[in-house]
Amino acid sequence: MSLLKTIETGLRSLLGHRLRSVLTTLGILFGVAAVIATVGIGQASSDSVTARITSLGTNLLTITAGSSVSAGVFGGAGSANTLSMSDVQGLQDRQSAPDIAAVAPVSQGRATLVDGSTNWSTTVSGSTDGWLVTNTRTLSSGTFFNANDVATRTQVIVLGSTTAANLGAAVGDIVLVKQIPFQVIGVLASAGSQGFGNQDDLAVVPFTTAQDELFGGGVQRILLSATSASTIGSAYLEANQILLQTHHITDPSQADFTITTQTQVLSTAQAVTQTLTILLASVAAISLLVGGIGVMNIMLVSVTERTSEIGLRKALGATPVDLFRQFVIEAGMLTALGGLLGVATGLAVGYIVPRAANIAVHITPLPVLVAVGVAVAVGLVFGVYPALRAARLAPIEALRAQ
Amino acid sequence: MPSPDELIHLESINKVYGSGDGAVAALRDFSLTVASGESLAVMGPSGSGKSTLMNILGCLDTPTSGRYWFAGQDVSRLSETELAGVRNRRIGFVFQQFQLLPKLSAWRNVELPLLYRNVRDRRSLALQALEQVGLANRVDHRPSQLSGGQQQRVAIARALVTDPDLILADEPTGNLDTASSRDVLAVLQELNEQGRTIVIITHDPEVAPVAKRTVHMRDGQLVEQVAA
Repeated sequence: MSLLKTIETGLRSLLGHRLRSVLTTLGILFGVAAVIATVGIGQASSDSVTARITSLGTNLLTITAGSSVSAGVFGGAGSANTLSMSDVQGLQDRQSAPDIAAVAPVSQGRATLVDGSTNWSTTVSGSTDGWLVTNTRTLSSGTFFNANDVATRTQVIVLGSTTAANLGAAVGDIVLVKQIPFQVIGVLASAGSQGFGNQDDLAVVPFTTAQDELFGGGVQRILLSATSASTIGSAYLEANQILLQTHHITDPSQADFTITTQTQVLSTAQAVTQTLTILLASVAAISLLVGGIGVMNIMLVSVTERTSEIGLRKALGATPVDLFRQFVIEAGMLTALGGLLGVATGLAVGYIVPRAANIAVHITPLPVLVAVGVAVAVGLVFGVYPALRAARLAPIEALRAQ
Repeated sequence: MPSPDELIHLESINKVYGSGDGAVAALRDFSLTVASGESLAVMGPSGSGKSTLMNILGCLDTPTSGRYWFAGQDVSRLSETELAGVRNRRIGFVFQQFQLLPKLSAWRNVELPLLYRNVRDRRSLALQALEQVGLANRVDHRPSQLSGGQQQRVAIARALVTDPDLILADEPTGNLDTASSRDVLAVLQELNEQGRTIVIITHDPEVAPVAKRTVHMRDGQLVEQVAA
């Protein structure tokens, strides 16, 4: 039997059971659509994390305090206060660290800000005038505090744009942080709020003020910016050398601090989003598999129902190969149709979701092709067993069935 | 060995179903020859081995032992695919239950065997066959729109369309009333007069006289031969 005729016969039989064919197709449709949509969402979130981290400036290096070991309990990076202001001063030395452009210590905590009758809880960082440069931020109004403000423990505060908006605060206002009055001297320009966290919901105060009035304690992190992207490597080595010296450590493997570059952060974040994407796509792939089992089920029903037709066709000269092909092609057509409709649904999801739910979806051709290919393959694989059953039926037995 | 004018030559055919203690012999040392152009009725009560004989004659099943020459070819040891080819090119079947596909029109049903041999002009061949059985005006009707007799004539047209050496009819009138039976038998008789070899398997004594020769079966063996 010619391929064209086989396809025509298959179509006729599928159209003969429209509702059943549509329901079977749905299983594949949702599987393919789910794969496309989840991979699209994963891709988009990976893109936005990358964009956000890149926007932080690739020149940025972060020094975190080394781990503490207290009574055998490993406290994790940053749990011990091994960093101090003398480290910051050492790193600011242009002689021994020519490739470091700016240094900013950070001491951070959460606090509630009060402006009149409005209050807003946010992250408050204590830092120095180097904060603006290391974080590559700019101000939309007012000024940032200077070295003198840090030295004299001035009670001034710079707000992120979201924080300022939520408090209804502007430059010149007084806001209370832990009952202590701070004067707003600047508002940061928006840096966007993609991915995890919001870079516009924060407040910065002079490091010394934060230490004395708000959180106490020492330096949690030190932010460094290299003079350019190409000097990150040497800035890293200089910072490492200086800290080993000031901490009197001779064996580098015993260092009580960790220096991270943005590239490292970026690759970690990408690995995380990739893992999440794979996880979601696996769930979607399982639903595609379930759809495939549905196809096999319906093909088995179809073979049973059409036993006498199979017997007749055999009597009239259909070979086992003819019948095998017939049923495999029917299964393949079901899943190919489901796959194509699934692509359409996946693309529709990619169009609607970003507009309706503020979730970015970035659909690339590869997952679409893979999903359709897998759908058709699923149909062929799950069609094989029913088709073999049809091909192996003995013609006399099959003819006798009514 | 068969002589050249024999279309069917069965030699010591045995067909056993099952094995061991449960084994049932449906055909026992069965021999039969049918000449080209002959018409033969095979009669016998149920359980006599008629259906088994029909399956073997129609190349739907292979004998347990013995040889079967069909048109000079030994078909008793052919593979399933080879047997499908023999059925398609050389044998036309007429079944008691008609076995028409309900969703296809008359001519689409008649066309079916041609699909498995990639012939062109399938429609005109199907229309010719339908004309031969007197259904030229029913070609686009579905089986459900036709009477039993008409349905069986469509089935005969389907058996004819490949221009087979043999038409094998299994209880062709079993599901028909007297008038339709007469119709269908007349068509079969006419085909035989045109030189087509016909074997009719039946238990109905009214049917047998249509054939020039009748054989009777009992317990898987021939009991007598009657020439009409």
